[in-house]
Amino acid sequence: MSAATSPVVILERVSRRFGSQAALDRVSACIRPGEFVAVIGRSGAGKTTLLRCLSRAIVPTDGVVRMGGQDLRPLAGRALRAHRARVGVIYQQFNLVKRLRVLDNVLIGRLPHVRGWRGYAALLGFFERGQRDIALACLDHVGLVARTWQRTDTLSGGEQQRVAIAKLLAQEPQLILGDEPVASLDVANGALVMETLRRIASAAGLTVISTLHHVEYARRYADRVLGLRAGRLVFDGAARDLDDAAIREIFGALPEAGTDDLELTPLPEPALVTG
Amino acid sequence: MTGPLAGILGGPPPQAPPRRSEVGRNLVATLALAVVLGMAAHVIELRPLELVRDVGNIGVFLKGYLRPSFGNIGEYSWQCVVTVCIALWGTLVALAISIPLGLLGARNLSPHPVVYFLARRTMDVLRAVNEFVFALMFVTAVGLGPFAGMLALGIHTGGVLGKLLSETVEGIDPGQAEGVTAVGAGRLHVIAFGVVPQVLPNFLSYVLLRFESDIRSAAVIGMVGGGGIGFYLWDTIRSFKDGEAATVILLIVAMVMCTDIMSARIRRAAI
Repeated sequence: MSAATSPVVILERVSRRFGSQAALDRVSACIRPGEFVAVIGRSGAGKTTLLRCLSRAIVPTDGVVRMGGQDLRPLAGRALRAHRARVGVIYQQFNLVKRLRVLDNVLIGRLPHVRGWRGYAALLGFFERGQRDIALACLDHVGLVARTWQRTDTLSGGEQQRVAIAKLLAQEPQLILGDEPVASLDVANGALVMETLRRIASAAGLTVISTLHHVEYARRYADRVLGLRAGRLVFDGAARDLDDAAIREIFGALPEAGTDDLELTPLPEPALVTG
Repeated sequence: MTGPLAGILGGPPPQAPPRRSEVGRNLVATLALAVVLGMAAHVIELRPLELVRDVGNIGVFLKGYLRPSFGNIGEYSWQCVVTVCIALWGTLVALAISIPLGLLGARNLSPHPVVYFLARRTMDVLRAVNEFVFALMFVTAVGLGPFAGMLALGIHTGGVLGKLLSETVEGIDPGQAEGVTAVGAGRLHVIAFGVVPQVLPNFLSYVLLRFESDIRSAAVIGMVGGGGIGFYLWDTIRSFKDGEAATVILLIVAMVMCTDIMSARIRRAAI
């Protein structure tokens, strides 16, 4: 696999409205290649909306998102698929096809690299040996070759997220987006997944932009933190500068017991598991 | 409350917010249903007493059927084989029709609202027109015989299976399909990898159910010239060959039972 340098990501006063509700309000940022960026904020602060603007699942109502100098707004058809192919996404719920075998799910990551008549062969499940070898190498990287022929829904949550990482590797993206990739995993699996992402990103020089439910994950793995509050960017700085004042700025008053804010409890306290 | 939680939950119970009574609404609904059923009974001339009074006539009618005659059983058995073949190919034709229509007629997969609308309405028409009407139509086109019956079954069942397929596709987990879309895969790849694995077990089950139903339909479609055992059923009953008719009915029952047992086995093995 070729080491790819990520495109520069530029957000210029990006706003997104749903009805009268502003999910994102004039967010501007420039993300340099190779940065590991955590996006944090309360539920409903606009984290996922921001991510979906970057993956071009949605289009901002105002402002411009540029990736490698390319405005994402006009993308359609083939160009949109090409954009999706260079952006790898990893989800909270893994979004693997449950009834398919593990290898097939990794091979899905190869689909944008399968061209011409081979694409039609792939419809029936036939892939070239070279593609399979790449998929197996990716599975090996996350330590799951032994599961190759198992049905994906027979794996544990942590293993499924690692399959999703293998699929991400197979896709050979130039940029990685994470939508709460560890929120449904236990502490040990969450750390394993974050470390794998971190290792891949620094080895290949890839940008990672990920929403993270837990401040402690952001502190430990991210270079840079974007803090959103009610759709506005209220913090943009190095992870080490994320002090109590910054956290109060992002999350408002420190949460009380009984609210849904588990973000501030330190890792690896059992409080995370109860969430 | 006296348990350990009494300290937390003790005190006077709070006032629940007011709730609208549903008694009146339920009463009106029940009355309306009763009125509709009463009128429907009048329309279909529901007279249960006549059934009790004249039930003996059925016995007279059935008497002839108690002695099946097996003289022509070879020909009748062959016609049962023809019937199964009609149902087999009819279901295959139905698959060829229902898969494209069902995918285009699923809201979450259809490329355009107009395509969705057209696919849905086409399936409605295919379902609304009974297979016997289609059979009459095809008999004029390809002549009497099993081919006409097969086409009629296939087209009607195509509408039914297409509808079931589109509903199944609309019920898939969108996250699993998004995982395929998000890598930049094309539309066909999204269907093959993100949709088909999710709908396959249910759809297979529907196809087997419809195959059973097609066997039953194929067994009578011969009445309108569609070939198979149905022609003999109609012919023997109409010409009062009660013994022969009894044989035909016995064979049909045996055939339907066999296919039901077999398709249950296939379903268990495949799903």
